[in-house]
Amino acid sequence: MILSINKVTKQYAAHKALDDVSIEVPKGSVFGLLGPNGAGKTSLIRIINQITAPDSGTIHLNGHKLHPDDISRIGYLPEERGLYKKMEVGEQAIYLARLKGLSRPEAITKLKYWFEKFELKGWWKKKIEELSKGMQQKIQFIITVLHDPELLILDEPFTGFDPINANLIKDELLRLNSEGSSIILSTHRMESVEELCSHIALINKSKKVLDGEVKEIRKKFRSHTYEIEYSGNAISFANSLWAGYELIDSGQHGELNKARVRMLNSTSTNELLNALLPNVEVHSFTEVIPGMSDIFISVVSESNDAGMEVGHE
Amino acid sequence: MSKVSLIIQREYLTRVRKKSFIIMTILGPILMATLFVAPAMLADYNGNDIQRIRVIDESGLFNGKLAGNEKLVYEMDTMSLPVAKETFDPARHDAILYIPGNVINNTGSILLFTSKQPNINLVSAIEKTIQKEIENMKLQTRGIDRAMLDEIKTRVDINTRLLTDEGETDTSAELSTIVGMICGVLIYMFIFLYGAQVMRGVIEEKTSRIVEVIISSVRPFQLMMGKIVGIALVGLTQFILWIVLTLTISSIASQIFFDKEVIQQQMQQRTTAMGTELPQNNSEDSQTEVVSQGAIKVFSSMSSINFPLIIGAFIFFFLGGYLLYGALFAAIGAAVDGESDTQQFMLPITIPLILSFVIAQSVIQNPDSQLAFWFSIIPFTSPVVMMVRLPFGVPVLDMVLSAVLLIGGFIFTTWIAGRIYRTGILMYGKKVSWGELGKWLFYKG
Repeated sequence: MILSINKVTKQYAAHKALDDVSIEVPKGSVFGLLGPNGAGKTSLIRIINQITAPDSGTIHLNGHKLHPDDISRIGYLPEERGLYKKMEVGEQAIYLARLKGLSRPEAITKLKYWFEKFELKGWWKKKIEELSKGMQQKIQFIITVLHDPELLILDEPFTGFDPINANLIKDELLRLNSEGSSIILSTHRMESVEELCSHIALINKSKKVLDGEVKEIRKKFRSHTYEIEYSGNAISFANSLWAGYELIDSGQHGELNKARVRMLNSTSTNELLNALLPNVEVHSFTEVIPGMSDIFISVVSESNDAGMEVGHE
Repeated sequence: MSKVSLIIQREYLTRVRKKSFIIMTILGPILMATLFVAPAMLADYNGNDIQRIRVIDESGLFNGKLAGNEKLVYEMDTMSLPVAKETFDPARHDAILYIPGNVINNTGSILLFTSKQPNINLVSAIEKTIQKEIENMKLQTRGIDRAMLDEIKTRVDINTRLLTDEGETDTSAELSTIVGMICGVLIYMFIFLYGAQVMRGVIEEKTSRIVEVIISSVRPFQLMMGKIVGIALVGLTQFILWIVLTLTISSIASQIFFDKEVIQQQMQQRTTAMGTELPQNNSEDSQTEVVSQGAIKVFSSMSSINFPLIIGAFIFFFLGGYLLYGALFAAIGAAVDGESDTQQFMLPITIPLILSFVIAQSVIQNPDSQLAFWFSIIPFTSPVVMMVRLPFGVPVLDMVLSAVLLIGGFIFTTWIAGRIYRTGILMYGKKVSWGELGKWLFYKG
C-alpha cells in the first residue's frame, strides 16, 4: 500500500467533514476518489497533504506514519489552483520546485525537460498573466510532477484543458503511472474514471460508502441485463419472453432491432437465447456492464435514502 | 536553504525589484523635503494679490497712521458709511473698514464689509494694526514713550542643563520634541504602509489561488512569517536607502553650493543687517532672531540626546510594532475574499494605531504623565508613544517593561493571526463574521 488512511475523522465547528473514513490506496494504482460536491474529498486530500490535521485517525505513507518531510514525496494539484500573476514563469516554477525541496540547478534541468515536452520553451521569461488559461494549467501540472513524487494527488486535473491538452495530460499521467508513481484522482468526470482508474473509493456525506477495484465493483453492480441486436418482428420478440424476463426497452438500430432484457431469475443466458431463437434472428448478444456514472448515482442516492431513514428514527 | 528563507527571499526580491519601490526610494526624500518646504512657500505665495481697503474713520484718530505694506493698502476716505456702502465696488476695493467715533472706548464696534468671505489673515492683519495704534494712543495719553516700552520688554530663554552622574549636559526640549515626533511619525507610517502591504500580499495569494499549492510544501505559519519578515526587510532597506540618499544629497549639495565659511559669513551679515538696518520693524525681526537662536541652541544640545539609544530603540520598536500589527494585517488578508471586504476588520486595528498617534501629541507636552506612562507600556500603542517619550529620558524600568510587553504582544498577535490565517486562506467565497474568526482560533491544525 502506498497510502493507508485509517479511521480518519475531521470536525469543523458544526459540520463533520469526515466520519471514520478508512481507505487503502495500492502501490502503483490509479485511484479514483469520488463523491458529490461537499462530500469531504477535499478535506481528506488536505489531510493527506498535511495542510490540516485530522481530529482522530492515522495516515501511513509507504508503511510509515505520515511525516512533515513526506511532502517532498507527494505531488499535489489542488482544485483551487493558481500562480503569482506578476511573476515570471521560469522564476516562479523554480521557486515552487525549491519549496518542494529541489535545488536550483536540479529544478532548472527538470524544468527545461518539461518545458520542451509541453512546448513552453518561449515562455520562460513571460509573466504568468500573459499566458492563456490552458498554458497556466500546463505549468501548474509540471510543477506538480517536477519533483518525481511517489504519490500524485490530482483534484479535477482536466478542468481548464481543451480535449487535445486533456489527452496530453492523460498520457503523461499514464506514463508516470507506468514508471511507478501512484496516482489519486479526484474528479467528477466518470468517463475518465473508467478510462484511468484501477481502484476507487466513493465518499458521500463524509462517510466512505464504497471502495475497491473498478473491475470488481462494476461486476458486482451487474444486473443481469443483456443487449440483443436482432432482425425480425419486434412483437414476436416480446412475445417470446416469458415471466422470467423483463424487457427494459427496445428500438431500431439501423436495419436491426435492439432490445435490453433483464433476467429476473438466475437462469442461464442459453435459456434466454433458446427462447428467442425460434422467433427472431439474433445478431449480437452482450452483457450490459454498468458504467461508473450509474454506479455513482445509485450508490449515492441509496446512501442518501439510508441516511434519511436514520434521520427519521 | 530553509523554506522560510526561500519565502523571505521571494517576498523581498519581488518587491525590491518593482519599479514603484525604486521610484519611491528616489522620490521619498524629495517628497519629505517638499512636505516641509511647501507649506512655507505656500504661505509666502498666499497673499500675492494686493488688498485695497477703504477706510471710513469717524474718529479721525487714524489719519495717516494705518501703515499698510506691499500687500495691503489702506485708503482713507471721508465719505459717510451709507454712501460708502452704496458705492462699494468689489473691483476697486476688497473691503470697507468702518471705524466709529467712540472706538477708543468701544473697540468692539469696528466693522469690516466685504463682498465675499474675508480671509482670516486679512482680518487679523487689520486687527493687529489697529490694536497697535490704539495702544500707542493710550500710551501717549498716559505719557509713556513707545520706544521706552520696547526697551523695557524682556525676553527670557532658559537654558536647560541635565545634571546626571556623568556630569552636566545641555538639553533642549525643542530638540527632544523634534526627534521624538519624527521617530513616532516614522513608526506610525511604517506600520500602516507595510502592514497594508502584508495584507495585500496575503489577499493576492488567496485570490490567485496559489496559496494551496504553496502550503502543500510549507506550513501556513511559515508562509505568513516569511511574508511578514520579507516585507519588514523591504521597509528597512527603503529607510536605509532614504537615509543614505538624504545624507549624500545634502552633503554633496552643501559642498557644491556653500562652503562652511560662506555660511558663517552669511549668517554674520544677516545678524548685523538685522541689528542695524531694520531697527524700526522690531517685532517681526525678533521672531526670526528667536528662531535662529533656537536653532543654535538645538544644535548645541545635540549631544544631550543619547543617539545610540534612540536609534537602537527606534529599530526595536519599529520592528516590534510592525510585527505586532503585521501579523494582524495578515490575518485580515486571510479572512477576507478581496480587498473590498477588509473594511470591517481594518477598523479595530487602525483605531489603536491612530489613538497612539493622537496621544503622542499630548505626550510631547508632558512626557512624564500617567497617560504617557501607560500608553508607552501597552503593546498596541507603545511603539509610537514610547518613541515620542524616549528623547526626554525614560526610566530604564519603563523601557524594559515596555519592551517585554511588546515582545509578548507580538507573540500573542502572531499566534492569533497564525490560527486565523491557516483556516482563512482556504476559505473561498464566504463572508466571515467576527464570531467565525473566534471559532477558527480553536480548530485543530
